[in-house]
Amino acid sequence: MQATQQVGAAGHHEDDSHGHGPTGLMRWITTTNHKDIGSMYLMFSFVMFLVGGAMSLIIRAELMSPGLQYVSPEFYNQMLTLHALIMVFGAIMPAFVGFANWMIPLMIGAPDMAFARMNNWSFWLLPPAAILLSASIFVPGGAAGTGWTLYPPLSIQMGMGMDMAIFAIHILGMSSIMGSINIVTTILNMRAPGMTLMKMPMFCWTWLVTGFLLIATMPILAGAVTMLLTDRHFGTSFFNAAGGGDPVLFQHIFWFFGHPEVYIIALPAFGVVSHVIPAFSRKRLFGYTSMVYAIAAIGLISFFVWAHHMYVTGIPLTGQLYFMYATMLIAVPTGVKVFNWVTTMWRGSLTFETPMLFALGFLVLFTIGGLTGVVLAMTAVDIQMQDTYYVVAHFHYVMVAGALFSAFAGLYYWLPKWTGHMYNEGLGKLHFWLSMIFFNVAFFPQHFLGLAGMPRRIPDYAQQFADFNMVSSIGAFGFGFSQLLVIVVVFQALRGGAKAAARPWEGARGLEWTVPSPAPHHTFEDPPAFDPAESEA
Amino acid sequence: MARNSHKNCSAMHWRRGYAGLLMAGLLGALSGAANAAWEINLQEPASALARRVYDLHTLLLWVIVVIFIGVFAVVAYSLVFHRKSKGHKAADFHENTKVEVAWTIVPLLILIAIAIPSTSALVQMRDTSQPDLTIKATGHQWKWNYEYLTGDAAGLKYMSVLATPRDQIENKAPKGEHYLLEVDRPLVVPVGKKVRMLLTASDVIHSWSVPAFAVKTDAVPGFLRDTWFRAEKEGTYRGQCSELCGKDHGFMPVVVEVVSAEKFAAWAADQKKTMAAASEDPAKVWKLDELVAHGEKVYTANCAACHQPTGQGLPPVFPALDGSKIVKGPKKDHLDRVMNGKPGTAMAAFAAQLSDTDVAAVVAYERNAWNNKLGEVIQPAEVKALRGK
Amino acid sequence: MSHPASASRYFVPAPSHWPLVGSLALLLLASGAVLAMNSSTNGGFMLLGGGFAVLVTMLFGWFSRVIGESEGGSYNLHVDRSFRWAMAWFIFSEVMFFAAFFGALFYIRVLSVPELASPEQALLWEGFKNVWPSAGPAVKDAFTPMHAWGIPAINTLLLLSSGVTVTWAHWALVANKRQQLIVGLALTILLGLVFISLQAYEYAEAYSHLNLKMTTGVYGSTFYMLTGFHGFHVTLGVTMLTVILLRTIKGHFTSERHFAFEAVAWYWHFVDVVWLGLFIVVYWL
Ligand code: HEA
Ligand code: HEA
Ligand code: HEC
Ligand code: CUA
Ligand SMILES: [Cu+2]
Repeated sequence: MQATQQVGAAGHHEDDSHGHGPTGLMRWITTTNHKDIGSMYLMFSFVMFLVGGAMSLIIRAELMSPGLQYVSPEFYNQMLTLHALIMVFGAIMPAFVGFANWMIPLMIGAPDMAFARMNNWSFWLLPPAAILLSASIFVPGGAAGTGWTLYPPLSIQMGMGMDMAIFAIHILGMSSIMGSINIVTTILNMRAPGMTLMKMPMFCWTWLVTGFLLIATMPILAGAVTMLLTDRHFGTSFFNAAGGGDPVLFQHIFWFFGHPEVYIIALPAFGVVSHVIPAFSRKRLFGYTSMVYAIAAIGLISFFVWAHHMYVTGIPLTGQLYFMYATMLIAVPTGVKVFNWVTTMWRGSLTFETPMLFALGFLVLFTIGGLTGVVLAMTAVDIQMQDTYYVVAHFHYVMVAGALFSAFAGLYYWLPKWTGHMYNEGLGKLHFWLSMIFFNVAFFPQHFLGLAGMPRRIPDYAQQFADFNMVSSIGAFGFGFSQLLVIVVVFQALRGGAKAAARPWEGARGLEWTVPSPAPHHTFEDPPAFDPAESEA
Repeated sequence: MARNSHKNCSAMHWRRGYAGLLMAGLLGALSGAANAAWEINLQEPASALARRVYDLHTLLLWVIVVIFIGVFAVVAYSLVFHRKSKGHKAADFHENTKVEVAWTIVPLLILIAIAIPSTSALVQMRDTSQPDLTIKATGHQWKWNYEYLTGDAAGLKYMSVLATPRDQIENKAPKGEHYLLEVDRPLVVPVGKKVRMLLTASDVIHSWSVPAFAVKTDAVPGFLRDTWFRAEKEGTYRGQCSELCGKDHGFMPVVVEVVSAEKFAAWAADQKKTMAAASEDPAKVWKLDELVAHGEKVYTANCAACHQPTGQGLPPVFPALDGSKIVKGPKKDHLDRVMNGKPGTAMAAFAAQLSDTDVAAVVAYERNAWNNKLGEVIQPAEVKALRGK
Repeated sequence: MSHPASASRYFVPAPSHWPLVGSLALLLLASGAVLAMNSSTNGGFMLLGGGFAVLVTMLFGWFSRVIGESEGGSYNLHVDRSFRWAMAWFIFSEVMFFAAFFGALFYIRVLSVPELASPEQALLWEGFKNVWPSAGPAVKDAFTPMHAWGIPAINTLLLLSSGVTVTWAHWALVANKRQQLIVGLALTILLGLVFISLQAYEYAEAYSHLNLKMTTGVYGSTFYMLTGFHGFHVTLGVTMLTVILLRTIKGHFTSERHFAFEAVAWYWHFVDVVWLGLFIVVYWL
């Protein structure tokens, strides 16, 4: 199949950096190549992960023992806000957009993304947003200290750092919408002949639904922060009762975005895991069709559950009941996915390379996070837990051990394809085990703290919470420093190491494994013939 | 290593203490051990409703533990017996409608089963009808104001502020037993009575929460929300503001003292007497030093959190009052800023929170404290004249 | 005259610096806006102006490139289909943007104002009545709400007829009647411009005579937010129509291949439909 890629170079592939075209830094800045752009997304997201992580370490250092030690309460709040915004919008989301850029064209046999030049813009919108967010720490009044939820009227009180966050969100929103339109169009319009929707790789399915969620909800968030902006500066009263508005209105709009957002983070992670588990079980993904329906159901239901974040705001009883039932319902399709993964492994022929370890870590820890989500869904119980560390524990289980572990699984899984070299398996395994252990040391005790009543978003706490906070901080530092191993692993693989075969994993399926490793700059300029044996379906 | 709270914080700040991190860790572990809690469950319930929530949570916990064990027992079996290294060959099946339907239906049934007790607990929780006593709590940055609307103490109204001294927070003094969970004047309620709390706020959203009663409801500015509890045992119950409300969100405890009906009646009568005694004659003409002395108290209780006891504030967010243009400017503007606040900033309108005398005193204090030696007196009557304008 | 779809392969554009220029423009615009809103110096406005200039340059450069590629025959039918998908998704995202504001209006009218006026809230807002339009319990200045059957009704007619004229222009394009096409487009643009002018007049009137401002409680907030963003979209639509008109005059588009025209027409219809929603819920009911 390599021959197919070489023929007919006289086509319309203007992006040809072997010949003419910019070189050096300009090559990266102006590139329209999905692989370059994918790499830039991944690198950017890792840098943001370190920055956001460093902020979480400031948080954990302050929380290591009672009393105020290192930072003032205002600065603590700013770190909290930036940590969350940077992790969610700067680290996790771009990481999966990076995977999408790299892998989707390879998986569906397309020459590039549908709109290669706009693709570049989607990426290059991220740095201005990152600049705005990080610069906001240094302006008078500092960054927004409202938590990532930006609730008014607190966000009305903030200084100009808040406006910078608002515009950063606008720009990030544009980036996400353009990126999603690109991905969705690519998936819908650029599949190799013969690859029907129900035969395409699961990662594409998860991104199709994720793209839809992003296109639908990012504009909502943009609208919400726009109203904040006019309330702050132009005297409108959307969120001010004196003028007939309602602070809780913001929460409704925010969470109408915010809940789908958490599945925007989770779904691509599900996609990656749905490739890794079958590959290392040497067995097809179990229940492809039900998996697709489950993804669609999760996407759909996620629009109708938002007020489970607002059980204590005084919404009417009927509202609480409705949102409780709707939220519980999401456990069913998510359960289907978990059971499918479990059954995929059942009677497989399992090996435990690093990608598989991270996928298993994902499976165990995401399920824990999902199950505590169900506890939180029960309104009467959530009223005890809301705004306590139980919630913090819940969402770090689904986001760090869920999304982040899955991103690492993807990284190790596809690194040979990207670099042409096998990574250092020993270091990979070390990275996994350190992560797994320290993650749990850091976040499992937070369940206990939350149950015992420790509120979240506080820089200082009562004495009875001291011990578990100490444990949690030690775990966080261990977890954080373990992540530096990734840099070593990736650099080693970039610079050399065992040559990777086109299909380095025995059980891996998919068109991406039919091209050489490292994947050539241009692939599938003419659509490949689709071999159903490469499909999980 | 101790934090210098009067200086504006900076991004550099935390690094200074980095070397001492380990030390702090050790110290923390030791001091923690003194009242080690290692508490791993919900707080001991102190009302029937809280007990119900507690039991509900226990039930849920068992349900999820069983599900978890069920699922991962299967995984563990695979991991042990279906490995390649044991020579296991992959089977070739990838669909089975029967099991797929089963694992859709079974979770659904489990969910329905747990929805039933959750629903009835919630319905009980939201039933605020027929209270024995109604109290309005207003969240301010960063204190609670309690106003008794009915019952023995009807008409009584006071602020409840964190009582932990600054020194303890800044690690300059050993921390007390109820560090951060103590206030100067707790909410006092009679035991066994259904207390309905009406919640609102003056500036940003706060949340009134007492875990032992399983109550938590947001105090939203401009709206009244309600919740209720019926304490079963006398004693002191502690909670914290549970919605991020700005810099001192972590320093805004809720303390409820539950007493017998007789004690409650006695307390109410006593409070009313002190209130009557303390209520100054609004027509009284004050002398400068009396006024400044009273003003300093008002300042410490209401203003120092932001503008700091030194009057230096925490610029640029909280301006210094020492040398401020407004403070040293015309009286009227100064009074206006204190009484009406500045919308869109943390500076609240204090007209509703403070009496005429308090406003006069605090303004007089600011105009004479630190380097603002203006030597001016402001009489309550002047404040009164400005009200309603 | 452009070529028929000749390219056999999916077109992947050459490296381009326009995206970076666009990002720079947005960074300038955002920092300018932050400064303009938070400090009294003129620096913010200068940044805003600079950012706008860069943005316009970028749009001009980028779209010139796209038009060149299109006219050069680089886009085959496969690419054309991508454009269709993308435009449809883009309009969907715009719909959701307006949904946020319509949702806010709905919430305010159905939930927050009635709740503020309910007996449960009487302790806080004694005497506040649940009537719409409302500026909320604390804004006391009297104001006159906007009535539906004056300018807004005329504007409705204008936009509806512009929907007709743009469709007429499309028929003309398909039937290869250039003259009619140009007239149809010009009429559409004219109707759009009259709409914008009337809207501007209405705003001036509201500020000077009706005491209806952004600060007039939630009524003013929702009114200006919804009509303002709609007006902004009409302006964008008119600009895009003008580009299409100029391209038509230059001889672009064929009766079979003219997606740029269709995309703008879709967009125009979307703006039209949003207006109908506005007319009903903001002005009429
Ligand atoms: C990746 C992100 C992610 C994901 C996937 C989820 C998944 C879920 N979340 Fe979570 N959540 C967050 C991120 C996420 N959440 C964040 C960031 C917050 C806090 C935001 C903030 O306030 O800052 C939050 C907060 C949050 C709350 C509000 C808590 C509060 O503030 O008081 C609630 C309440 O209902 C909730 C519920 C759920 C539920 C029911 C799921 C479900 O989707 C979980 C489904 C999965 C399972 C249930 C496990 C597998 C299923 C089975 C094995 C089948 C059998 C199971 C049963 C029959 C029970 N979440
Ligand atoms: C996907 C998103 C994501 C991720 C990955 C993380 C990762 C982490 N989070 Fe975060 N977190 C959130 C999303 C996320 N978080 C959100 C949404 C909130 C809520 C905010 C709010 O309330 O508004 C939150 C809040 C939050 C809190 C609660 C604070 C409070 O309520 O007061 C805490 C406390 O422990 C915490 C800790 C951590 C830790 C220890 C990690 C670790 O996993 C991080 C590990 C990584 C590193 C530590 C980086 C390693 C780098 C170095 C060691 C070197 C640094 C060097 C250079 C920069 C060159 N997070
Ligand atoms: C929650 C924080 C907070 C509290 C409590 C507070 N203030 Fe302020 N105050 C502010 C802020 C913020 C400003 C700046 C407003 C602005 O942007 O102009 C301010 C401004 C002022 C000013 C004007 C100073 C100037 O130079 O602009 C005066 C006077 C003042 N406050 C007095 C008081 C008094 C008296 C009290 C107590 C009764 C008090 N404040 C309590 C936050 C607070
Ligand atoms: Cu008040 Cu948090
Ligand atoms: Cu949610």
